[in-house]
Amino acid sequence: MEKRSRAFYVLAAFFVLFLLFLYGPIITIGILSFQGPQGGLTFPMNGVSLYWFRDLFQEQAVGDIWGSFRRSFALGLMVMVTTVVVSVMGGLAFRKRFAGSAVLFYLVITSLVIPSILVSLGVGLIFSQSGLDVHWATSGFGSQLTWTLPFGLLIMFAVFNRFDKSYEEAARDQGASPWQTIRHVVLPIIAPSLIGVALFGFTLSYDEFARTLLTAGSYNTLPLEIYGMTTNVTTPVIFALGTLTTAFSFLVIAVFLLTVWAMNRRRARQGSDAGQGMV
Amino acid sequence: MATPLKNRHLAGWLLASPMAFVLLCFLVLPIVMIVVVSFWGATEFSIYPAFQFDNYEFLLTSPVTYSVFLNTFKYALVTWAFTLVIGFTVAYFLAFHVRSLTWQVALFLLCTIPFWTSNIIRMISWIPFLGRNGLANSTLISWGVIDEPLDWLLFSDFSVILAFVHLYTLFMVVPIFNTMMRIDKSLIEAAYDAGATGFQTLTNVIIPLTKPGIMIGSIFVVTLVMGDFITVRFMSGSQSANVGRLISNDIGLLQYPSAAATAVILLITVLIVIATLLRFVDIRKEL
Repeated sequence: MEKRSRAFYVLAAFFVLFLLFLYGPIITIGILSFQGPQGGLTFPMNGVSLYWFRDLFQEQAVGDIWGSFRRSFALGLMVMVTTVVVSVMGGLAFRKRFAGSAVLFYLVITSLVIPSILVSLGVGLIFSQSGLDVHWATSGFGSQLTWTLPFGLLIMFAVFNRFDKSYEEAARDQGASPWQTIRHVVLPIIAPSLIGVALFGFTLSYDEFARTLLTAGSYNTLPLEIYGMTTNVTTPVIFALGTLTTAFSFLVIAVFLLTVWAMNRRRARQGSDAGQGMV
Repeated sequence: MATPLKNRHLAGWLLASPMAFVLLCFLVLPIVMIVVVSFWGATEFSIYPAFQFDNYEFLLTSPVTYSVFLNTFKYALVTWAFTLVIGFTVAYFLAFHVRSLTWQVALFLLCTIPFWTSNIIRMISWIPFLGRNGLANSTLISWGVIDEPLDWLLFSDFSVILAFVHLYTLFMVVPIFNTMMRIDKSLIEAAYDAGATGFQTLTNVIIPLTKPGIMIGSIFVVTLVMGDFITVRFMSGSQSANVGRLISNDIGLLQYPSAAATAVILLITVLIVIATLLRFVDIRKEL
């Protein structure tokens, strides 16, 4: 191996600084959430305790945190499943290069770049003017999909751009129906990427704020609840909440990534050895 | 067989129908609704259907509008410059200086994980850093760099930009890294063999080939910053304004028609910017 150049060390140092910039603040509030009961929003630490976490579990004065967590979790799962199914269908559709697909594609891009507050405002107006009640599971759900579906579809584009069509042709040659081809050939091959789409679907929904602001109705999701807290809570309890929800996000991410890893390993172990014999 | 070919368009639309339905209901109709409402009138308590240009007239003749739009562009431009330089450097390091694929994937994931956590929490987490008694000030004082705590660290344009860069650099790293990984390594070898220095290779080979990734990243960053209202509100301590805040203030006052008119202008502005950037890149080809 050739020797590392000086540029490598400079860039590596830059990269480490970047990671520090990314993770430093969140580590700080992680530490500060263990403040003693008399501690404030910044250093120094006034003792070490679990006081603020206990506060979070007991005191209902800070709002309906657990209810909003349950709602965010349920909504995240709803958005996740819908995003995966609709994105896969969309990805398959765009491969057919159907007439008018360009229009739909530009709509998807618009959905991605439109300021979130416009979706919030527009959906809120439609519901209020037509006399419907906004609710996180209806208007909130739809609004979040306008953010997760473009990501899902773009990932599907990336997947299908790299997809070897000869697998499908082989299946067809052996007499598989279009549905059998998708079910037994295409879906198993793209499964790990679908986990990625699911990860985007869940986490983007779980953290979404602007698009649910005017569309969640009287029952808040967790980000809305946290946002409410930023204006009236001045104790480290908000750090404790931040630490917990970030830890939860990390847990979710880890589960998804481990699933992909396990899938790939299983595939490597059980895969065919065709083409790897003596040549 | 002619049938599958003839049915291709039908099958395509059938498969795409759920996506089309969602976008129609929650994207197209809301935009139509906003455009309609932007011509409506409002009293202090309610809004009523009308066809008047009052909202636009007020908006376009108010000097506040122009300064707020200018401020929005300023945030977008400064954030874009910082995220581009940082994002490019990070992606360049990952793509060309990290040698094993495993390490590349691991470090890349490390960069993307914060993207999947809450933006609001990530903003809040700057407070203990930047506050008057925060880490930055106490460190600088203990080093003897400053005598008095700096007031402009938190609740200022500085903290707004810092938060934007913190939140959105990822959107630069990912597409640029993606494009760089697709660059044929033999091109770089060829440049070296032809006598180019490292820097010449960077400017004459790598940067031109990375342009699509840079464009996609720029689209993300510019639109996210231009449409933002929460970061500016939170990180400036309600002292600075951008267009998003203008809209959200009107919403808070139940002045929906006025909010809608501002939203229409914002949407047009963003779409013009995107259309300009899209001229330089074919997104579908680059994924």
